[in-house]
Amino acid sequence: MFADLNAGARRLWAGLPLPARVALVVLALLYALAIAAPAVAPYLPSEQLDIVALKDQGPSWAHPFGTDRYSRDLLTRVLYGARVSLAVATLAVLMSAVVGTAYGLVAATAGGFVDAVMMRLLDAMLSIPRVLLLIAMLALWNPVPLPALVALLGLTGWFEVSRLVRAEALSVRERDFVVAARSLGAGAGRLMLRHLLPNVLVPVIVFTTLGVANIIVLEAGLSFLGVGVHEPVPSWGTLFFDGTEAFVGTWWSALFPGAAIVATVLCFNIVGDALRRVLDPRHLRSA
Amino acid sequence: MARFVAARLAHAIVVCFLVTTVAFLLLHAAPGDPFSFDHPRISADIRDLWRAEFGYDRPLLEQYARYLGSVARGKLGFSHSLHIPVGEALAGAIPRTLGLMGLALALSFPFGIWLGVFEARRRASASARVANAASLVMASLPNFWIALMLLLGFAYWLPLFPAGGIVDVLMHDYMSPGQALADRARHLVLPLVALTLVATAVVARFQRAALQDTLPADFVRTARAKGVDDRAVIGRHALRNALLPMITLGGLAFPALLSGAVFVEKIFTWPGMGLLVTNAIGARDYPLVLAAVQLGAFMVAAGSLLADVAYGMADPRIRVR
Repeated sequence: MFADLNAGARRLWAGLPLPARVALVVLALLYALAIAAPAVAPYLPSEQLDIVALKDQGPSWAHPFGTDRYSRDLLTRVLYGARVSLAVATLAVLMSAVVGTAYGLVAATAGGFVDAVMMRLLDAMLSIPRVLLLIAMLALWNPVPLPALVALLGLTGWFEVSRLVRAEALSVRERDFVVAARSLGAGAGRLMLRHLLPNVLVPVIVFTTLGVANIIVLEAGLSFLGVGVHEPVPSWGTLFFDGTEAFVGTWWSALFPGAAIVATVLCFNIVGDALRRVLDPRHLRSA
Repeated sequence: MARFVAARLAHAIVVCFLVTTVAFLLLHAAPGDPFSFDHPRISADIRDLWRAEFGYDRPLLEQYARYLGSVARGKLGFSHSLHIPVGEALAGAIPRTLGLMGLALALSFPFGIWLGVFEARRRASASARVANAASLVMASLPNFWIALMLLLGFAYWLPLFPAGGIVDVLMHDYMSPGQALADRARHLVLPLVALTLVATAVVARFQRAALQDTLPADFVRTARAKGVDDRAVIGRHALRNALLPMITLGGLAFPALLSGAVFVEKIFTWPGMGLLVTNAIGARDYPLVLAAVQLGAFMVAAGSLLADVAYGMADPRIRVR
């Protein structure tokens, strides 16, 4: 099975266009830096180096990203911020993907009345604007601890993917191999996990890739409104908006966190787009 | 058609009811109430008196019924931070937000569709590749980032436009009508560009994908085989079919623009709903936050209702389903 996966990964890599490969490498590097932040970062994220001499310093060799108004090293904070931003986004999207896939699969497998009720429920949830709902919830429970933020982002983001999964599962359900499995006596659980799940993964993978980008932006936006990640925890969002407060005098304090957000989002979007084109047979026609 | 519209209208009303219920539940599930703030000189008796006065001591179901009733009558509560009814606070802000969004929609759709057609038509050419890459980058940029860059570029480094607000607070009242209009326009430019750029890129990407799905279709090939020239093939045949998803996108763009407007308004201190909400969050003015969020959700419901009805009018297949 692992040999299979390996060969599949190699084929996928070969199928990806050059920009997507570059973006994938950049993302791998970012994750590696985020994980290794304590080892790589020159200082501690909340360490005030010298509140008088090193306050609001521009980029230099000693502090490539400059320092903020509390004399904290911004390179360090951006590195630690990557941990928070990437972890929040990745975990939230994985949560959405799991919940959404499960919901879509159950609806498609159950069919009939259960399916109809589940879909109406989904319609209702989809019709509430996510950002507004999040603002309301986070404002009322402000400040929200990080795990709760992840849970809220994850639990409000799975509606679309479960729709995609259900649509895909409905068409797979009628295919011969599923009918064969069912006539051999496979139960609903086995049908879902062994036969439907592997065949609906393409939209889930694409959703996950594009979703991380969305959540990074969303988390940044919510932090901007003061309802996301809170000081002193650095996330790219809090760093960026912290920087905007005195933007004109200390442009570096917003530029570097902002660039980190933009670069990451761009890479995820490029990879997601390429994956959709490579993995989805329906796009082959137009490609 | 009437049945279709009625069904969609019923759906929209259910959504509004749902949003109101969620808002009520959120408000009551949240820790504390408006009178549980810390203050050493306010005794428990006084707090209870206030609670009784504002109805916070009644059974939850009764509070819910009253809440539904007042929302239905358009009463959304009282803003603690502004000391005016929430409705009054929002009445001034909503037109400013809707105006900004409406203009952004009106600009981004034609331009985005044009760009998408260009990208799809000249797929192999260098200029289309550049346009395609540019729209991918633009669509990936968070609009708060673009807003800030615009602010830095065109209000600070090159001070062409004012950094924020809707009019010049000092001089506006003394301007002639022409000057006043120009003053409003100058304040509008940067927030509008910030909102429009991203929307245009998203529209262009959708339009390109839709056209690419339509161009290989048989009827397009037939038209080409008949000798119809490229312009007419795109304009008359392919684009007509590829425009349908744009109607759906119009409905989807509404919530995206609304949440985009929240950030853009905050950055350019544009006194609309977004700025109102962000200030209300800072002041822990829950009635105002929830009312604005609810109204936003109602607006989104109305937007998707409009998009669905427009889709039904444009494509008879939808109505039958």
